[in-house]
Amino acid sequence: MYNSGKIITGLVLFLGVVTMPFWFNIGKADVKPDPSLDTPVIRQMKVKHCIESKQFMIDNHMELLNAWRNAVVRNNKTIYVSTAGQYFTMSLEDTCFHCHSNEKQFCDQCHTYANIQPYCWECHVKPVEEAANGHR
Amino acid sequence: MKIVVAFIVVLVLAALPYAGIQYAGMSTVFGIIIPYAAVAVFILGVVYRIVKWARSPVPFRIPTTCGQEKSLPWIKQNKLDNPSGTAGVLGRMALEILCFRSLFRNTRTELREGPRLSYASSVWLWLAAIAFHWSFLIILIRHFRLFSQPVPHFINVVENIDGFLQIGVPTLYITDILLLAAVLYLFIRRVVLPQVRYISLVADYVPLLLIFGIGLTGVLMRYFFRVNVIGVKELVMGLIAFKPHVPADIGTLFFIHLFLIATLFAYFPFSKLMHLGGVFLSPTRNLANNNRMVRHINPWNYPVHVHTYAEYEDEFRDKMKAVGLPVEKE
Repeated sequence: MYNSGKIITGLVLFLGVVTMPFWFNIGKADVKPDPSLDTPVIRQMKVKHCIESKQFMIDNHMELLNAWRNAVVRNNKTIYVSTAGQYFTMSLEDTCFHCHSNEKQFCDQCHTYANIQPYCWECHVKPVEEAANGHR
Repeated sequence: MKIVVAFIVVLVLAALPYAGIQYAGMSTVFGIIIPYAAVAVFILGVVYRIVKWARSPVPFRIPTTCGQEKSLPWIKQNKLDNPSGTAGVLGRMALEILCFRSLFRNTRTELREGPRLSYASSVWLWLAAIAFHWSFLIILIRHFRLFSQPVPHFINVVENIDGFLQIGVPTLYITDILLLAAVLYLFIRRVVLPQVRYISLVADYVPLLLIFGIGLTGVLMRYFFRVNVIGVKELVMGLIAFKPHVPADIGTLFFIHLFLIATLFAYFPFSKLMHLGGVFLSPTRNLANNNRMVRHINPWNYPVHVHTYAEYEDEFRDKMKAVGLPVEKE
């Protein structure tokens, strides 16, 4: 092999970059997300049901919230009619956070894990969690 | 015909994981075994190709010189286009690798009425190439969010810049559009220009279509048919920690994406895609033009047995004297 010094340096750099995912996480705890539904309001609900089905909310909550934002801010529409025919106020703080008052144990669980940075909090105030929860 | 073959190849590659996951439940094969195998083939294959290239001797400097060579002190040298030392070579290589400078200098030759020959700068290929390669790199860096926990801040910076238009939810990434548009342009260029189509092989179409398939499945997953991102990250984190398991309900689209990437990785060392390593080893770019300053000895020279005249005369002196031939030493 000719120019072996340069070639080997290059190959070591290449291997270092390619195998980075393997050694980058060594010794770091892999905490799986576990969104919690344990809030005072949800605890008191007889039928634990969000405004739409659970799967719909998992898949589409971001689009729903985006549509709500546009409806309220741009079109002055504030009432959402769910698939089941129920009426809800289109409001993150009054409707969503009324039940999901645990942002850290609910929203942030998956968002942090998958490194999703929603820009909700550029306008909205984060829900104030109970002092009893001891997280805030 | 070659285009059709390439299309069929990529469609079959996309159909394999679909069938495997949907009908055969082979999530272990497509989620664990094939990705590991592909990465192993990629790493070993690239190292093999580089070492094989490095075994070829380069006995003489063969840089393509595009400017004034280093000469008398009052003649200005073109240090980038005719480098005479390491600094010039580094500058030339950096511009080549980061900016595709030689592609930028591409010219189009036309015979016009008159007859008049005209040369014009032709930057469309360069523009598409640079958009494609840089988008690909940024997308690759963005994917690191699925490979690390906690995610380094640097990734967030890249994501925020890439998504700063804040169009839609999830935010539209500029590089997603650029990559697909650039690959499409490069493909159409190959098909539409008769000269380029004439020299194009199946191995030219397949990488383009494969990368387009990867980009398309990625865009579909992000913007249209959601997959379970949390499941995807669990799978990836398991793979890189060598504790693989496939979470349920990730979505078939993800496995198509993953299989196409695995194919690209495994195909990489055996294809034109090896220009990733080749660009660093191109002797017409990475050598300094110092043929007149440094003596380069042919590395495959072997010691030649020589028989000098003095030795010849020593051997035959008596015989030479006997027939009356003149000798240098009595």
